[in-house]
Amino acid sequence: MIEKLTDWSITAFLAAFRISVVLIVLVGSTLILLQGKYTLAHWLDFVVFGITVGSIYALIALGYTMVYGILRMINFAHGEVFMSGAFSAYFVADALDKSGFLDKNPLVGLTLIILFAMAVSTGVALLVERIAYRRLRYAPRLVPLICAIGASFFLQYTFRGLFGPGLYAYPAVEALRGEWTILGVRILKTQAVVVVAAVLMMLGLYTVVMRTKIGKAMRSVSEDKEVAALMGINVDHVIVVTFAIGAAMAGAAGVLYALIYRQVNFFMGFIPGIKAFTSAVLGGIGNIPGAMLGGLFLGLFEAVGPALFLEGLGIVAPYQLKDAIAFTMLVLVLIFRPQGLLGERLAAKRA
Amino acid sequence: MLQQLRLKETLRIGLIGGIVAIYLCLVGLVGIFGERAVIGGVISLGHTWLLLTMVGTGYVAGQKILKHTTSPIITVLTAAIAGLVAGSMLAGLVILGNLVNLRAVLLHASPRLYSLLTFGQGLAGTWLLPAGGAMIAAITASALLLPPFARRLLLWNLIWLLALGLFAGLLRVQMVGAGGLMAEAARFLFGTEGLTVAGALLTVGIVTLSMITWSRKGEAVRSRIEALPPTGRRLLRLAVLALVVAIVLILPQISGPFIAQVIVFIGLYVLMALGLNLELGFAGLLDLGFVAFFAIGAYTVGLLTSVGYHGIAHWSFWAAVPIAVLVSLVAGVLLGIPVLGIRGDYLAIATLGFGEIVRLLVLSDFLKPWLGGSQGVLAIQKPCLGTLGPFQRVGIPMKCYGLELAGPQYIYYLIIIAAVLVAFVAWRLRDSRLGRAWMAIREDEDVAEALGVNLVQSKLLAYGLGAAFAGLSGAIFAVLVGSIFPHSMQLMVSINVVAVIVIGGMGSIPGVIVGALVLIGLPELFREFAEYRLLFYGAALIATMLTRPEGLWPSAVIQRELRLAKKEGSSAISGK
Repeated sequence: MIEKLTDWSITAFLAAFRISVVLIVLVGSTLILLQGKYTLAHWLDFVVFGITVGSIYALIALGYTMVYGILRMINFAHGEVFMSGAFSAYFVADALDKSGFLDKNPLVGLTLIILFAMAVSTGVALLVERIAYRRLRYAPRLVPLICAIGASFFLQYTFRGLFGPGLYAYPAVEALRGEWTILGVRILKTQAVVVVAAVLMMLGLYTVVMRTKIGKAMRSVSEDKEVAALMGINVDHVIVVTFAIGAAMAGAAGVLYALIYRQVNFFMGFIPGIKAFTSAVLGGIGNIPGAMLGGLFLGLFEAVGPALFLEGLGIVAPYQLKDAIAFTMLVLVLIFRPQGLLGERLAAKRA
Repeated sequence: MLQQLRLKETLRIGLIGGIVAIYLCLVGLVGIFGERAVIGGVISLGHTWLLLTMVGTGYVAGQKILKHTTSPIITVLTAAIAGLVAGSMLAGLVILGNLVNLRAVLLHASPRLYSLLTFGQGLAGTWLLPAGGAMIAAITASALLLPPFARRLLLWNLIWLLALGLFAGLLRVQMVGAGGLMAEAARFLFGTEGLTVAGALLTVGIVTLSMITWSRKGEAVRSRIEALPPTGRRLLRLAVLALVVAIVLILPQISGPFIAQVIVFIGLYVLMALGLNLELGFAGLLDLGFVAFFAIGAYTVGLLTSVGYHGIAHWSFWAAVPIAVLVSLVAGVLLGIPVLGIRGDYLAIATLGFGEIVRLLVLSDFLKPWLGGSQGVLAIQKPCLGTLGPFQRVGIPMKCYGLELAGPQYIYYLIIIAAVLVAFVAWRLRDSRLGRAWMAIREDEDVAEALGVNLVQSKLLAYGLGAAFAGLSGAIFAVLVGSIFPHSMQLMVSINVVAVIVIGGMGSIPGVIVGALVLIGLPELFREFAEYRLLFYGAALIATMLTRPEGLWPSAVIQRELRLAKKEGSSAISGK
């Protein structure tokens, strides 16, 4: 009797939850569209910004999803790997800017900065893997997670110690001032460059994973480590390569992030890190196209959501709640489609 | 001879030692604490870091080589080489720093650092570094060759000197505050920071003497205790217990508000960690948004008792606490319902989302008229033992006829009572039918369900009870501080609670207390390290997980499982 009652009330609660979410979304967006407060151009601006930020989240999310796919661990320090690339590349960017090189050869200069960030991030990630994670390969699930949290603090405060707690302003690239109009949509040049760079990087990664020998090895290790080892795959080597590739993507994402927000700080990796993990889960963890899609999705919702869903309901300062929208969406996806948008690619049962 | 030195390995150890030393310099630990004495006039904390690095280098090199040789000369020589390498790297840093302006990028590569490294002698003093490194490492290695008792003696002397040197300032303030003979002793032992030379000598004397006496007489004392009849032993145990209780009761009165505040903070985390322990330790449900329930408890008490602008009821604390616990419990169940079907890491990330949503909502301008936004809820009425006068107007606290529990010295008793109560509940729950159901869920959800465990009920009870404990913690936090801000409800708190449980030992109640003491108490005492606290915190988390993954005080079950897992893991080609 009591069991039936609890079951029934739980079903009712979940139904009420769904209905209220749908109601908020429908009512909010109808109201704001009827009010006509924003023109089409505004909405397009939101969408473009969402895609830009989303592609950065997607780049970071790749590192999470690949490591999770292989080791079944949340690499909590990945956000700091992202920060380390952006932060150290600041000094290169600053030097290039002061010497005037960056303005004369923006393409070469930016490539140099990104390559440097990728190198630093890779170095940091490999060090963390070697010192903190490798010995915990067979430990229970929580142990590497706590270790990763420790590594995250350690990296943050190492960078704070080395370079100081201040905000450093990234130099502006002269060639990226202004905007382009593509098919009637205004796009800031920086945003266009960020999106193109992110897409190129993701295409490259996808080719590596799907077409090369090491990519094949990575896929088979994430399928089943033991069998992969029996097939003559050096599992340790594959894990190291996975960390390296994920970190390189994060480093590049760091520079792109700095191009948009124009400043770096030792604490900058924390929030994007969490958002990127959210994207990875959204898309279906362990699934590489899923991470890309999840990132774009999250970025879009964050950019459009506050205005579309909340402002119409008369909520004050809806932009403060953009992260709340992102997390609500995460929770919704987890409740109603726990395997993520594209489905996870995990062979073993997770528990 | 050359082969015996195993140069490659030695060089590697020296290089790692050098990198650690350079890291400590560049991160600022050497420079900032260059003036902070450990032993007044003898050694500064900055130099102590370097000394310890060299000792470590010598120790590792010595240990490694002792596996291959018994010759003392070779052992000492190897360690000296490692120390030489490490020292030379530091010297290299000084030379490089004098050639290139490293400071443009690295904040702490300042002339002050170089002068500290060369003991104020400039470039001419660079040779001191390799020489000193080699010497210290060699001495350490020769200490390795001593008989075990002497080694232990040296180690404990070093530990005591370091500990007293680090805490000198704190101890001195406490002892001088006590006045009389204590104050005199404090002035003799401690300078404003660090031990005095006389104090250091006295410490060495006392440690050495007591260790020698213990090694002579310790065995006899132990056997006499063991020879006691059962009643006698019980009496002894009771006496020890009574002593502990007495110390706990009078501690805040003699130690002053600071120590009381630290203990209250530890207590808050003990409450939260005992709550999360029900979810994570017993039922295996990883909750990274635990701070939400802490916030709900704190805000409930805040809104119900505040006499400020946001207060709605002007109740007394005692009436508000049960409501706060109840509200948190209900919130725990309600947030638990949607995540019933989510497992493992997904659950962690979903709950993290919940925690952040609660914080963002509290912080937002949207709910500001009710919850105060970033300005928080102010003027929370302190608990009153006695009757509370009527509410007059906003901003004026109600008059307390009786004893007002204002200040950490009084809240201390509140938290001790709450912690004992909650620990008792947790302990009884663990051995109850519900506790066993939780543990079955932790081991395997599907099997537990097949065996007739009601998953929905057990899980929701875990979420609800855990949240209730956190709510109680939040309620006490609200009256401790007297005002609550969304900034106290960071994700960091949830992570800290998880870390307390894992470091203490999953599912172990005494472990939770040990974990809170180490992770919350120690950093509070190291206030002077301000910006480096989290650096040490991170390093400590990594080190503990690498060396003691089962936690500091593990529960018997978890320890057995971990050993088993390790055995299986190392025997397979690669584990799952």
